[in-house]
Amino acid sequence: MDFQIALLLGQDGITNGAIYALLALALVLVFAVTRVIFIPQGEFVAYGALTLAMLQAGAVPATVWLLAGLGAVAAVLDGRGALQSGNAKKLPGIVGWNLAYPLALAGVLMALPVKELPLAVQVLLALAVVVPMGPYLYRVVYQPIAAAPVLILLIVSVAVHVGMVGLGLLFFGAEGQRTPAFSDARFEVGPLLVSGQTIWVIVASIALIAALYQFFERTLYGKALRATAINRVGAQLMGISPALAGKLTFVLAAFIGALSGVLIAPITTIYYDTGFLIGLKGFVAAIIGGLGSYPIAAIGAVLVGLLEAFSSFWASAYKEVIVFTLIIPVLLWRSLTSHHLEEEE
Amino acid sequence: MKLKHTLLAAIGLAFAAAAHADLNVGVVVSATGPAASLGIPEKNTIALMPATIGGEKVNYIVLDDASDTTTAVKNIRKLLSEDKVDVVVGSTITPNSLAMIDVTAEAATPMISMAASARIVEPIDDKKRWVFKTPQNDAQMSTAIIEHMTSNGVKTVAFIGFADAYGEGWYEQFKSVAEARKLQIVANERFNRTDTSVTGQVLKVMAAKPDAVLIAGSGTPSALPQKTLKERGYAGKYYQTHGVANNDFLRVCGKDCEGTFLPAGPVLVAAQLPDSNPVKKAALEYINKYEAAHGKGSVSTFGAHAWDAGVLLQAAVPVALKKAKPGTKEFRAALRDALEGVKETAGAHGIFNMSATDHLGFDQRARVMVQIQNGGWKLVQ
Repeated sequence: MDFQIALLLGQDGITNGAIYALLALALVLVFAVTRVIFIPQGEFVAYGALTLAMLQAGAVPATVWLLAGLGAVAAVLDGRGALQSGNAKKLPGIVGWNLAYPLALAGVLMALPVKELPLAVQVLLALAVVVPMGPYLYRVVYQPIAAAPVLILLIVSVAVHVGMVGLGLLFFGAEGQRTPAFSDARFEVGPLLVSGQTIWVIVASIALIAALYQFFERTLYGKALRATAINRVGAQLMGISPALAGKLTFVLAAFIGALSGVLIAPITTIYYDTGFLIGLKGFVAAIIGGLGSYPIAAIGAVLVGLLEAFSSFWASAYKEVIVFTLIIPVLLWRSLTSHHLEEEE
Repeated sequence: MKLKHTLLAAIGLAFAAAAHADLNVGVVVSATGPAASLGIPEKNTIALMPATIGGEKVNYIVLDDASDTTTAVKNIRKLLSEDKVDVVVGSTITPNSLAMIDVTAEAATPMISMAASARIVEPIDDKKRWVFKTPQNDAQMSTAIIEHMTSNGVKTVAFIGFADAYGEGWYEQFKSVAEARKLQIVANERFNRTDTSVTGQVLKVMAAKPDAVLIAGSGTPSALPQKTLKERGYAGKYYQTHGVANNDFLRVCGKDCEGTFLPAGPVLVAAQLPDSNPVKKAALEYINKYEAAHGKGSVSTFGAHAWDAGVLLQAAVPVALKKAKPGTKEFRAALRDALEGVKETAGAHGIFNMSATDHLGFDQRARVMVQIQNGGWKLVQ
């Protein structure tokens, strides 16, 4: 291995690591606010990329019908709750957000010549389809069991993951998809050949991390989420609705997932089940951060990306084994150094 | 009264069964699950197979094994015990076919597999004497690649394959033939179907400076190494295996796959074969039938393996009918002997010449070298 190869591997590792970092941040966020270990995070990656690919193929993505289905269930649940508590005037809002939005979106997708639209609009439409799935999913699946122990939430997450992978196969078929690159630009930096898409991935990841930082530091909603993460009961006493915090968290998680998918779809082939492995590597990074620290999780993600790139060079057959074995020393070190007791159980 | 009715009905049924001693063909395909893109065209092909063979009505009983070995065995037990099938066609993939052998051999019923591995029919023993298969062996395909390489001045080759039985099997086959032909393998790398990046493997391959690269994967995942090699500026020859011979691969790989060589069954480029080629007529017949039912360009080489199973049955059943009636033990044994005696029969993938030691029966006429040109398959002379 010479210096140039090391540089190229480093570039590859950082590109992948940037995506893992986004997913790790989403996992840490979801866990901190709702205590859900969000296994289906990776599915949003695949859904985002494949929805975009379907739009580009000129088809109405089947995910929009899943969105409508989830919205309908959420509308029934919310509507029943509103009627029971005598809040009938909330009904138009509930129906508008949960039922009218997905159907209107489906109508727009059917009416527009989606295939001819510029890439940026297609990306926005794909995000418009996939991102609302996050809050609907929270409303339908997690909100009714919000107070359940972490283990129950984890089991439910696994069930959601399996369901979403199955639906993904139904929607998108077994074969992979690729989307065109955001830019075909190529830059030569010394011995390195950097493609425009790589820069897109890294810049978008850094921009998103900066935006999240601003959101949590400067905005009321961001502070509310942080408050919920630190002390759920206390935040609730201060008038922060845990249901709202949960939904907001899932909006962010779904947005991060779908955006990651859209970003990497031109670099690699995405299959209906690709999301799981990507999500799992994000999870390894999140574990390095102890499912609590954003900066350590992000650094861990870059570490995972680099380790993956270099192990694929040295021992390609054992690459996954090496990456996932990383979790053992981390867990050992964590269990030896941490002294606090779990607050639960 | 009720009992009388039931009795009459039962007697009626018994006569009906006796009067229509139809030929029952049990089919197991992987129409869902990971192998669905192979199993679906096979299932579609079964619907196009002849309704009568040698004057006997044929019933095709198609079951889906969901690419799962346990389900395949369950299906085969049901076909043998409840439907009393005379012959089994299936399954789509190697593990399922291997698992079905024990059951069919126990029931002394011939089986025609549509899966590729040579292990399904080799070596022929007490059990495998009941088993035949239609897809070419990987060894035949790797010989075709190596012949093409050596006659085009390739001295060193790098190998990138799936990190599973497919890649491993190809590497073993390829290595043994390559060594015999003085072709040097300078790199041996693996990648996973689900990988999002193969930069490390590609850099290692390029550091070894091979004249050609062989990518041993199947379906759309094989596009990733090729795209990465192109992106890094690898200028040597590209080879793929016949596992990528479908339209999805062309769609995903796009212009990065221009000029790639691969071995394939002649059915892939049937229209370009010279008229003197005996496979051309049989292959075109299949393609026309399939495309008439499912639209232009819908045909795949995998469906043709099912078609060839039908070709074998059409050759063997009339011979077996001379000895016994369908539905009997004697017929099944006669059918096995007849399948083993199939000679010079043209299927969509090649010419079958079965023997007591060869239950595949293909020779070099069962493969051609193909190059990807202008987003399509082009026969290499």
